[in-house]
Amino acid sequence: MKAYLTRRYLFSASHRLHSDEMSAEENAATYGKCNNPYGHGHNYTLEITVVGPVEESTGMVCNLVDFDGFVQREILERFGHQNLNTLPEFAKAVPTTENLCAVIYDILQRGFHFAHLEKVRFEETMMNSFEYAGG
Amino acid sequence: MVYLTRKAEFSASHYYHNPQFSAEENQRIFGKCNNPNGHGHNYTLEVTVKGEVNPRSGFVVDLKQLKDILNREVLDVFDHRFLNKEVPEFLSQIPTTENIAIAIWQRLAPKLQTAQLHRVRVYETPDLFVDFYGEA
Repeated sequence: MKAYLTRRYLFSASHRLHSDEMSAEENAATYGKCNNPYGHGHNYTLEITVVGPVEESTGMVCNLVDFDGFVQREILERFGHQNLNTLPEFAKAVPTTENLCAVIYDILQRGFHFAHLEKVRFEETMMNSFEYAGG
Repeated sequence: MVYLTRKAEFSASHYYHNPQFSAEENQRIFGKCNNPNGHGHNYTLEVTVKGEVNPRSGFVVDLKQLKDILNREVLDVFDHRFLNKEVPEFLSQIPTTENIAIAIWQRLAPKLQTAQLHRVRVYETPDLFVDFYGEA
């Protein structure tokens, strides 16, 4: 039997939306308040969905100790309470939540082998959410 | 095709244990969930059905009927129970969230008439849920 398991995590981080390829006016017009040079922060909710057969001997798609351990080590400790613009992943990319979805998806795709990754979903605020399933 | 989702809540206790594993293995794989005295959760269940809208009633499904089926097949059986000891499916299966979602699907699917079961979602906590679509 194939089931989808979703786990929610929280982390807080700051960012500034700014593209070096745009003029100051264009940045201000495109990103508005998010272009403030001092940055601002969010409490991000990250939802990770994995899929696979429910293993008969454990009743699980994926052991949560493995799931939580990977996410804690590779994502929460690296992104939590950071300024996203200072991280190597955003040296060239603007840290929008769209790009953050893709960055987190890539980290999981490369290193998480306990179950098949289905999708990543972010809530930047209660009003905005973003999903990425690769492709 | 329209999708309709009904929520329900139940509270139950469980523990994780596979009699084919040694005591050490059970402890290593299931950790705190292996405590034989059990522990509990407030589960939230979301049942999504799909179907064409009946032109006379404007319904995909009669909610009262759906609620009655949910109460009879799931809540009366699961709510305020020790799943491992009182729910037949879990006398031989570990009551993980995955297996709970599958068991609920198997209870509901044959009972629904006008609408088709699309998804069973079970939240063990607000931060952990399983979706089952009846896939083999």
